[in-house]
Amino acid sequence: MNDKFETHEHDVLIIGAGGAGLRAATEALANGASVGIVCKSLLGKAHTVMAEGGIAAAMANVDPGDDWRTHFGDTMRGGKLLNNWRMAQIHAQEAPDRVRELEQWGALFDRTEDGRILQRAFGGHSFKRLCHVGDRTGLEMIRTLQDRGVQMGFDVYMECTITRLLTDGGRVVGAFGYWRENGRFVVFKAKSIVLATGGIGKAYQITSNSWEYTGDGMALAYEAGAELMDMEFVQFHPTGMVWPPGVQGLLVTEAVRGEGGTLRNRTGERFMERHDPKRMELSTRDVVARAIYTEVKEGRGTEHGGAYLDISHKPAEYVKRKLPSMYHQFLELADVDITKGPMEVGPTCHYMMGGVRVEAETAATTIPGLFAAGEVAAGLHGANRLGGNSLSDLLVFGRRAGVAAAEHAKKQGAASVDPAQIEAAEREALAPFERKTNENPYMVHADLQQAMQSLVGIFRVEQDLQSALGKIAELKDRANRLSVTGSRMFNPGWHLCADLKSLLTVSEAVTRCALARKESRGAHSRIDFSKYDPVWGKQNNVISWRNGEMSLQQRPTPELPQELQALVEAEKGAGA
Amino acid sequence: MPNVTLRIFRGDRNGGNTADHEIPLTPGMVVLDALHYVQKHQAPDLAVRWNCKAGKCGSCSAEVNGRPRLTCKTRMDSLPHDKPITILPMKSFPVIKDLVTDVSWNYKVNKKIPGFKPRPGTEWKMLQEDIDRVQEFRKCIECFLCQNVCHVLREHDKHDEFGGPRFFVRVAALEMHPLDGVSRIGLLKNELGLGLCNITKCCTEVCPEEIHITDNAIIPLKERVVDEYYDPVLRLVRKIRGAS
Repeated sequence: MNDKFETHEHDVLIIGAGGAGLRAATEALANGASVGIVCKSLLGKAHTVMAEGGIAAAMANVDPGDDWRTHFGDTMRGGKLLNNWRMAQIHAQEAPDRVRELEQWGALFDRTEDGRILQRAFGGHSFKRLCHVGDRTGLEMIRTLQDRGVQMGFDVYMECTITRLLTDGGRVVGAFGYWRENGRFVVFKAKSIVLATGGIGKAYQITSNSWEYTGDGMALAYEAGAELMDMEFVQFHPTGMVWPPGVQGLLVTEAVRGEGGTLRNRTGERFMERHDPKRMELSTRDVVARAIYTEVKEGRGTEHGGAYLDISHKPAEYVKRKLPSMYHQFLELADVDITKGPMEVGPTCHYMMGGVRVEAETAATTIPGLFAAGEVAAGLHGANRLGGNSLSDLLVFGRRAGVAAAEHAKKQGAASVDPAQIEAAEREALAPFERKTNENPYMVHADLQQAMQSLVGIFRVEQDLQSALGKIAELKDRANRLSVTGSRMFNPGWHLCADLKSLLTVSEAVTRCALARKESRGAHSRIDFSKYDPVWGKQNNVISWRNGEMSLQQRPTPELPQELQALVEAEKGAGA
Repeated sequence: MPNVTLRIFRGDRNGGNTADHEIPLTPGMVVLDALHYVQKHQAPDLAVRWNCKAGKCGSCSAEVNGRPRLTCKTRMDSLPHDKPITILPMKSFPVIKDLVTDVSWNYKVNKKIPGFKPRPGTEWKMLQEDIDRVQEFRKCIECFLCQNVCHVLREHDKHDEFGGPRFFVRVAALEMHPLDGVSRIGLLKNELGLGLCNITKCCTEVCPEEIHITDNAIIPLKERVVDEYYDPVLRLVRKIRGAS
């Protein structure tokens, strides 16, 4: 046993304290496990807090015609049928119960006239389906879950970064990390680990994501031998702020369009009429993002290179009540009063559909004892996620991961952690202090973001993707020469070195998958292969670590059962 | 655009000094952007907490020119440029490093507060007008600026006997939840020291979410404590009328 480091032991260790991590934690607790939850930030600050529009669940409170079947169909069509159908089915069936549960734990959603949970329209959803609290639904959700976890008694390890999973004979037995506050190392021993680390937004220059979203969970899983899937599918949210520069990429909720906001180009044309005349502004995110990008590229953009999004035709009081944080965000940060005039918006990297490959029922990865839920996991959303399906994903699969992790832990005996793995992790973490090069982590990060933004963005082409791979290889070399100054006390430059390693791994995976998929589908648009390809429509890209190299294979998608076939064919989604 | 000087606290638990950093202004720049510029180009180890950069997570609190603010929502063009802009950590919490403070005390206070528990036989129906006031409290992003300015904590250091405005807001949200069945009035009086608040409204003034902390949370809670402990007649009347 290695007693050099502070060590904590739990049945279940959860990495990440957003919606999925917190929901997994409370469920594992309810199943009798001792639970530790680790997060890079303070508790309650994870990106779930920023989710605005709502939680998709077919409760039929507003539109009585809704049920899980239509939600399932919408999700599959939105994902261009590349989704894991079983995940989509479980998600649609269980989401309403997960929302009711939140209410029973104290969440206060906006109400219908007769006192039930109010639901709003959103892109790609056939019915009014999003349970919401103004435009701060995520805050309501994370506070409710965090308070429940605190009441139930989990141990929270805040401002702690995990840099490596520890394995023993092919199963996970723990994790190694450092305290951001003082730079000291810490070892966690656990029988099960749930990854709930969210996405990869910080690989891109223009993103709605905060510093935390560096693909850690995917990189940790990949290094431990798990598989990553669908990494080419990066969602660009159509509406991020474009001006002023400091807020570029900041999210403008889809609820603006859900509440009736219109998109126009510089000439005043409602250009969605050309891109998706039926669903217009409430088309799926991939379609709207490409439409805005194309308008700008073809010279019809606004002053700062975006499109106009306008909700000012609605009464000012209504806008302030339904979209309060948008009102304040634009007034305070961009000097725009959205009750009086339009916002300027453009696409921003928002969400990762791909991630760790998991089993639908249990959120189990291919490594015994390792589970993944929420954005870090792949499968539910296929090639494109519908708005509102993320918060419900966190609840449905967070809960399932919590159950499965607790069950797995019950069956496991004590495992031993390997001192050699810990020492290697320690050496790696300390290396930037020992090097006397001048390679600055902030510069390497900026160069990576620039490369991903310009070469692996909304529209992709073979030549760009090839040069992105070359760039990433160069950046990996530079990352191996990073050096930092100062002490180990709360040192963001040093912290970035660890984050960069994850970012480079996931960026390479995104690029390799994008290069391989020679078609356009959902969020993945190839200029050189602009149509659907029926062969690619039936296979997922799967990445794994083989002999020190990133290996890529294609796997057939699970066959959709006959009885569900009709639900996805009811109505064809808009083209790729 | 002109350059401007930031005067930033650099140091840790053992003390420290301010250091000046000159940075170029860009349109619409906020203080947090300026701090990030310093990190990227001049002091890579400058410790700053932040997440959403949109006023939704409450991580980036600091004292800018003496005023407690979210640095992500404080525009550089709202501050005078002819002298250095001072950026100091929140005073009511121990410094960890630079602008990062130890706010763990808040999480300990929160643990003392019993969570939501529905009344037996609850039907899950609520009218919007009955939850409007609670939704105001639920807007809290836990930036802890209210805790930072509250003189009971800031000047008198009564962290052991006082919960602070953030947690009065939290208790108010629970107490005024139409379906909640727990009373936290004893807790407010005895453990959270509500009586120590003398309604100077400093908390309300700094709240970035514009929650009317004093008027809508603290004063009604004080009234409940009074009713419960000091006014048996009123208590009796309320009981007879069947109001809570």
